[in-house]
Amino acid sequence: MMAEELTIGFLPLVDACLPILAREHGFAEEEGLSLRLVKDISWATVLDRLLYGHSDAAHLVAPLAIATTLGRGRPAQPLSVPFVLGLNGNAITFRPELAAQVGITGGLGDPTAVGAALRPIALARAEAGRPLRFGSVHRYSSHNYMLRYWLAACGVRPDQDVEIATVPPPFCADALEAGEVDAICVGEPWNSVAVERGAGRIALATAQVWRRGVEKVLALREPVLAERRDAVERLIRAMCRAGRHFVDPANRDANAAILARAEYLDGNPGLIGRAISDRLLLARGGEIVHFPDFMFQYREAANFPWVSQAEWLYSQMVRWDRMAFDPVDARKVARVFRPDVYRSALVGTGEPLPGASSKVEGSLHQKTAVGTQQGAMTLESNRFFDGRVFDPSDIAGYLAALG
Amino acid sequence: MPACAALQHAMRIALVDESSARASVIREGLATLADCEVFVVTERRGLVVRIEEIAPDIILIDLGNPSRDVLEEYFAVSRALARPIAMFVDESDEEAIAASIDAGVSAYVVDGLAAGRIRPLIDVAVRRFNAFARLQADLDEARGKLAERETIDRAKRILMDGRGLTEPKAYAEIRKAAMDQGRKIAEIADAIVTAHKLMGEG
Repeated sequence: MMAEELTIGFLPLVDACLPILAREHGFAEEEGLSLRLVKDISWATVLDRLLYGHSDAAHLVAPLAIATTLGRGRPAQPLSVPFVLGLNGNAITFRPELAAQVGITGGLGDPTAVGAALRPIALARAEAGRPLRFGSVHRYSSHNYMLRYWLAACGVRPDQDVEIATVPPPFCADALEAGEVDAICVGEPWNSVAVERGAGRIALATAQVWRRGVEKVLALREPVLAERRDAVERLIRAMCRAGRHFVDPANRDANAAILARAEYLDGNPGLIGRAISDRLLLARGGEIVHFPDFMFQYREAANFPWVSQAEWLYSQMVRWDRMAFDPVDARKVARVFRPDVYRSALVGTGEPLPGASSKVEGSLHQKTAVGTQQGAMTLESNRFFDGRVFDPSDIAGYLAALG
Repeated sequence: MPACAALQHAMRIALVDESSARASVIREGLATLADCEVFVVTERRGLVVRIEEIAPDIILIDLGNPSRDVLEEYFAVSRALARPIAMFVDESDEEAIAASIDAGVSAYVVDGLAAGRIRPLIDVAVRRFNAFARLQADLDEARGKLAERETIDRAKRILMDGRGLTEPKAYAEIRKAAMDQGRKIAEIADAIVTAHKLMGEG
């Protein structure tokens, strides 16, 4: 029987790893799938190819799937997310001068302390008419929301006290070097590229802002998911196997070498290998530090599309696009993440499936065993650095409390 | 300065393309349209400022341009443009935009611009983009052929030097090997050159 072809769009980032490895290690083939991967260099183009049928599915920044469903920037088209490609994996990198000014030396900074030291500098710069400029990779990216969440919680108002501009990942190091931005929030390997060039110092990992923050997702047009449901479920199984392979330290170098190839990231396997193993060189000439769970691709059912994650992203979209909270929109958003598809793909396999599809985000401060539909599951801390919790049953209340 | 829906003025088209060769091919095509003014932007730096100066009614930018996300951010937040620019304005444009995406160019249109004015413009852009892509493919093929010929010449030289063959005899040997193995002459030549390099004689 001929393998069924699925075309998947992606950007050359380490967290495009699961579809790539599902293809390269034959996991997709064993599920009767032939994966065709299409590389682009802007999210706008990855999205256009998805919307106009050049691709069946896409590696996408999670908030963009929600923005597209709500018709922000393009006419509304409902997208579906049956699989989360990973949690976190981004960092905030400062220009070396700014890092020195806020007193970051040695290891990663503490988000509260760095924020407190940054605040007077940001306010003075704003006062002087030369506000600090932060770069983030896309308006509708988790990077943008994590950065804004952290700044706002530290009393630095995005768009008022500091500017936030879009900088494509490959230009982040350039932009830091040229002083176009003072700091960036970007995924790997781009922070490390800036460090290697002496253009920046990694100050914080986004995992310090939200310990289990949703990052890239696999997105499809809703009608395509319905038409290709069986193939998508097979893809989910193949990507789960790829995830298990990806997090096994024994496979690090081999996987880094695959991802580094010209047709994928076209990058340095050494830097990619570091990101895979949660190791970061924070400053040129410094020591490599190990930050566990910097990237989070598999454990704790990391790929499960919790509806509450989509709802948190929506809360941030309301906040930063300065929209009114709309219960109708909130319901549309809740339908974007599809735990039902994830469950149906993995029921009967060895993968754990949580009992619930939504949770109070940020509520776990220690290892907690949770009820499951299948297998055993222990979730570790998922806290936000400021200790707030997000209860998806009261988004309006959460927004009001954020002010 | 702001773009105007009734378009008393010529339609202002900003063409953002880092390939200046392609930009000139497309510009030439657009110049055939009546009532159009075309502005080409090839520089990545200062893109947004330049767009603001041009105050375009339509922006064309190729799908491979890394600045698309920067541009879309600008459309979302800018108050400098009179009316927001969107990927397309209404349903009737959708077919035109789909064709442009297929050709590898995206189009952003100022809200309120009549569909009747958009269509011919996008048709021209799509035709020119496709023509340029074909040209590029022909050029790549020609370059490939040239590279093949060079490899065959080098393989012949290796056989002539190493085994004291004449040029016609060296070529005949390569050709015979290709026929025996059911492979292309260029592949055999490539194998000879590679083997020669590996033996440290390259």
